Amino acid sequence: MMATLESMHPVFSRNEVFEFLKPEVPPSLDLDRGVILYLEGISVSFDGFKAINDLNLYIDDGELRCIIGPNGAGKTTMMDIITGKTTPDTGSAWFGQNINLLKLDEPEIAAAGIGRKFQKPTVFENHTTYENLELAMAGNKGIMATLGAKLSSEQQDRIAEALMLIGLVEQAKIQAGALSHGQKQWLEIGMLLMQNPKLVLIDEPVAGMTHQEMDRTAELLHNLAGEHSVVVVEHDMDFIRSIAQKVTVLHQGSVLAEGNMDDIQNNQKVIEVYLGG
Amino acid sequence: MNTVLQFIITGLLFCLPILSTSVAFGATQSAEFEQGVQLLASKSFTEKEQAIHMIGNSGDPLAIKTLQAVYAGKLFFVKKDKTLVYGEPDGSTYSVTDFISGEDLGLIKKRKLKKITINNKLRGVLKSVLAGLNLQHPDPKQRLAAAEEILTGLNPELITLLKKSLLTEQDPEVREALTSALAVAGLHHQDPQQRLASLALIAGNLNPVVKNAIQALIEKENDPIVLKKAEAALKVIEAKSTWYARLETLFFGLSLGSVLVLAAIGLAITFGVIGVINMAHGELIMLGAYTTYVLQQLMPNYIGLALALSIPAAFCVSGLTGILIEKSVIRFLYGRPLETLLATFGISLVLQQTVRSIFSPLNRSVATPDWMSGSLVINPLLSLTTNRVTIFLFAMIVFAGLFVLLKKSSLGLNVRAVAQNRNMARAMGVKAARVDALTFGLGSGIAGIAGVALSQLTNVGPNLGQAYIIDSFMVVVFGGVGNLWGTLVGGLSLGIANKFLEPWIGAVLAKIIILIFIILFIQKRPQGLFPQKGRAAE
Amino acid sequence: MSIIKSLYRDKVGMVMLTLLTLMAVIIPACNQVFPEGHTFHISTFTMTLLGKYLCYALLALSVDLVWGYLGILSLGHGAFFGLGGYAMGMYLMRQIGDRGVYGNPLLPDFMVFLNWQELPWFWHGFNWFAFAMLMVMLAPAALAFIFGWFAFKSRVTGVYLSIITQAMTYALLLAFFRNEMGFGGNNGLTDFKDILGFSLQNDATKAGLFMASAIALILGYISCRYITQSKLGRVCTAIRDQESRVRFLGYRVEHAKLFIFTFSAVLAGIAGALYVPQVGIINPTEFSPLNSIEIVIWVAVGGRATLYGAVAGALVVNYAKSYLTAAFPDAWLFGLGALFILVTLFLPQGISGGITALFKKKEAR
Repeated sequence: MMATLESMHPVFSRNEVFEFLKPEVPPSLDLDRGVILYLEGISVSFDGFKAINDLNLYIDDGELRCIIGPNGAGKTTMMDIITGKTTPDTGSAWFGQNINLLKLDEPEIAAAGIGRKFQKPTVFENHTTYENLELAMAGNKGIMATLGAKLSSEQQDRIAEALMLIGLVEQAKIQAGALSHGQKQWLEIGMLLMQNPKLVLIDEPVAGMTHQEMDRTAELLHNLAGEHSVVVVEHDMDFIRSIAQKVTVLHQGSVLAEGNMDDIQNNQKVIEVYLGG
Repeated sequence: MNTVLQFIITGLLFCLPILSTSVAFGATQSAEFEQGVQLLASKSFTEKEQAIHMIGNSGDPLAIKTLQAVYAGKLFFVKKDKTLVYGEPDGSTYSVTDFISGEDLGLIKKRKLKKITINNKLRGVLKSVLAGLNLQHPDPKQRLAAAEEILTGLNPELITLLKKSLLTEQDPEVREALTSALAVAGLHHQDPQQRLASLALIAGNLNPVVKNAIQALIEKENDPIVLKKAEAALKVIEAKSTWYARLETLFFGLSLGSVLVLAAIGLAITFGVIGVINMAHGELIMLGAYTTYVLQQLMPNYIGLALALSIPAAFCVSGLTGILIEKSVIRFLYGRPLETLLATFGISLVLQQTVRSIFSPLNRSVATPDWMSGSLVINPLLSLTTNRVTIFLFAMIVFAGLFVLLKKSSLGLNVRAVAQNRNMARAMGVKAARVDALTFGLGSGIAGIAGVALSQLTNVGPNLGQAYIIDSFMVVVFGGVGNLWGTLVGGLSLGIANKFLEPWIGAVLAKIIILIFIILFIQKRPQGLFPQKGRAAE
Repeated sequence: MSIIKSLYRDKVGMVMLTLLTLMAVIIPACNQVFPEGHTFHISTFTMTLLGKYLCYALLALSVDLVWGYLGILSLGHGAFFGLGGYAMGMYLMRQIGDRGVYGNPLLPDFMVFLNWQELPWFWHGFNWFAFAMLMVMLAPAALAFIFGWFAFKSRVTGVYLSIITQAMTYALLLAFFRNEMGFGGNNGLTDFKDILGFSLQNDATKAGLFMASAIALILGYISCRYITQSKLGRVCTAIRDQESRVRFLGYRVEHAKLFIFTFSAVLAGIAGALYVPQVGIINPTEFSPLNSIEIVIWVAVGGRATLYGAVAGALVVNYAKSYLTAAFPDAWLFGLGALFILVTLFLPQGISGGITALFKKKEAR
């Protein structure tokens, strides 16, 4: 009897806060070792097809990393795993020293500080450019907070700043659906900026862009790096050469080679599967 | 349960002799028979009893039929000339045939006839005599039936009869039945050893009478050994009956499940391939059922043929309606599933009201052909109704046909190509629009066939379809979209689950629980039992 | 402050709210002040009918909030409406006291008829108006919350969600048809006598109920507008358009859905509660899937994601229904069916969307 009561105690204790009522504050990121992302021994398969096969990848804090690889090399799946969309069959994924990504879902991962830009530009087409940035802005994203949210002048300044950076000041009040393809891409990068993430994943940012647009994008990405760690998946070799310090080559779901652009271009295996192909 | 079975068995017993003795018309009569028949006209019940015994002992081929007719109250004398006639009531007159010659005498007014009346005692006598006669019937099936019949009304007279028959009986099955009947009688024997022997003989016999007899024995038995044996025997019987009851529930479940599969499989095709929820699917089923009704109205003398013809007819009617729906509405709404849902719901309302205007809002009943009525008796505790068995087989055939069609034919190849990757298929030269229309027609046609099957189970009315749309959709979702096997397994298992829940909590609650279960299930596994995996699932 | 601001931008809504306020004052006044036969007299029948439409409009508003702004096509909102209605019905039943046919002071007639000896536990408390009103909101909210908790957490969306909402109301339909449930079986709850001591037969009470419905609709509209104009409203439309993207921005999509869905269920419950005393009966047919899907068509006809469109659609379609079912009883289902098809094919944005498009065309010239 007493034992039962004893065990009930925490439930009725007045200062007990139930698990589901606790605010979701992810532990602050621990970057002691200077490495922001650890992917170790990750494998995932769909219907017997191994999309990722024993993948090991480390991203340093503040680094701008390019990932290349032929179609089906597992680039997008890798991003899905990091952002919580797909759960791997085996392996571990850590954000910094202390955040286990496999235990979190998408919003939690986003709140922990990982932002993602999709292959296809996915902006909210029925919202204005300004509203898109407002939605992306870092801050309390709980229900009641958003219900009563009012933009402070500081926040308005931040949005204005981002609009300036992505060059869409004049389009601020236009619905995002009416923007051109390139403008949508920039808006999405702008949204990443507003999110203020520690790590940014960018999937094919220059696909379908003109050369001028590409240059502008490269500039934007350089702006991002340093303050944020950036991982870019891209096909366009010229573009990669223009931004990258370090390149990782994926092939059949695992890392084939890693190094600076010149090393990679001279790597015999890489030439076989990809460049020389 | 027992009473139902008893009822069925008795019913069978009384039907069989009438059928088999109808050949006996025109045979010559023995003197004893004729005397007996004449005595039947007497007013005194004692004399009538005598007459019955005389007819029974005469060995005349018409004897059984005569006594049957007396028992059923269908034997009359024409008042004017004392001819013995067999009469079927036809309004206020009787349609009458001469009993001995079989000659049709046309319609005769009721007051010109005199019925051979019987009382309860005579009824008992008739029963025993008939049983005795049937025990000597040339057909072993008749003898078997008679032996089983005797079990229900044992009296000393019959016991002697049984013993006598056992001496001459050759057919092993009939012998066994006779022995059981005697053994049941032996349960009342004064000698415990005899009772024990009788008990051993009938152990495992599933006839409800046996069970009742053992129960009665347990109540008044004072010999401990016999009591113990009797209790053990009862336990065995009870275990067997629960087992058969479970089998029966399983059968009902499979039957319901096969109906669900039939109703859902068309939906599975349209939803799986085109990604369209057709809320008018239920109404396409209803159209199929009405097609059966109309065909039967057109050829009232060929119920079975009409039913067979209505399968292709219903397929065409519903299929063409489906193609019309696709071409006129759904085609314009691809990629907008929620709007399609609303528009097809509108179509379902229009179809319902159309049928209501044409056929009236009342339910219509569709006749069941002879070969589908009746039931398949496995043993005294388990009999399966033929129409449900037929529909189950029919559903499996339709499923197999559809499966082969989708796997082997070029249409099937195109359909699967479009289902997997619409744009790619189009690039490969598949005319996606045509495939969509055909697929929709196919799914709708199957719905029509389902309607034909349903018309054999329930009344046909404008609301027939509504009752099935939610269920069908639940089956599709439960089984996994775009997977025929999923629909089959999903439908059958939901049917079985439903029927196993019913005896505990009633039909309505069972249904509610199933619905809640599926709601929870979808939320746990939104892709259903057999999900499509990988990138294609996105 | 921000509420007024949120309305300021909604010009059509302002016009509509003004009209509704005028209606709330003028119609009961015309009914009460002018005697029968006077030119300005509005009959009690017309007033009650309009009151019923106002309840429907509030219901349509609740559906528009989840369908128009969140993309959840609920085919089960009739369930929330029905639950609110039953909660009110239970209060009204308890008010009958010993004036029922059997004169039992404790048990409603149908329980006496079923030979029940005592009041089931869930009927306790309904003799207090405040408790009943609380349940009017809590019962639908609880159902919506539990249902939504499971559905949104496991990310059921699109047509799947629509169908399971339909299954939900269907299950309730079956359940409420059972006498054992203790809600009067298929006869439902009826023969109400009075509410808060005012006789329901009295015209003044009916005028009061009409006014209450109009006020509820006005407040409902304002609160919906406030939500849709807030940042949460923008999050909702973002969820409607690009659900997964919203997740990657760090919003808890399921919480937003749960909040809006539950709030919408409460609105529907209030609508049901105001509906029941005006029509004098609540029975299980309110749970029938057809009823729920009809609400959707009101919204579709009026134009979704506008709020005022939902209100207008509910009024227009129900007026047409009253007219058609009286004039051509057979034609109504044809009409309703055709409405579903034509609106989805030719007027995807509804009447309000059509009008806006017309204006835009003129401006372009």
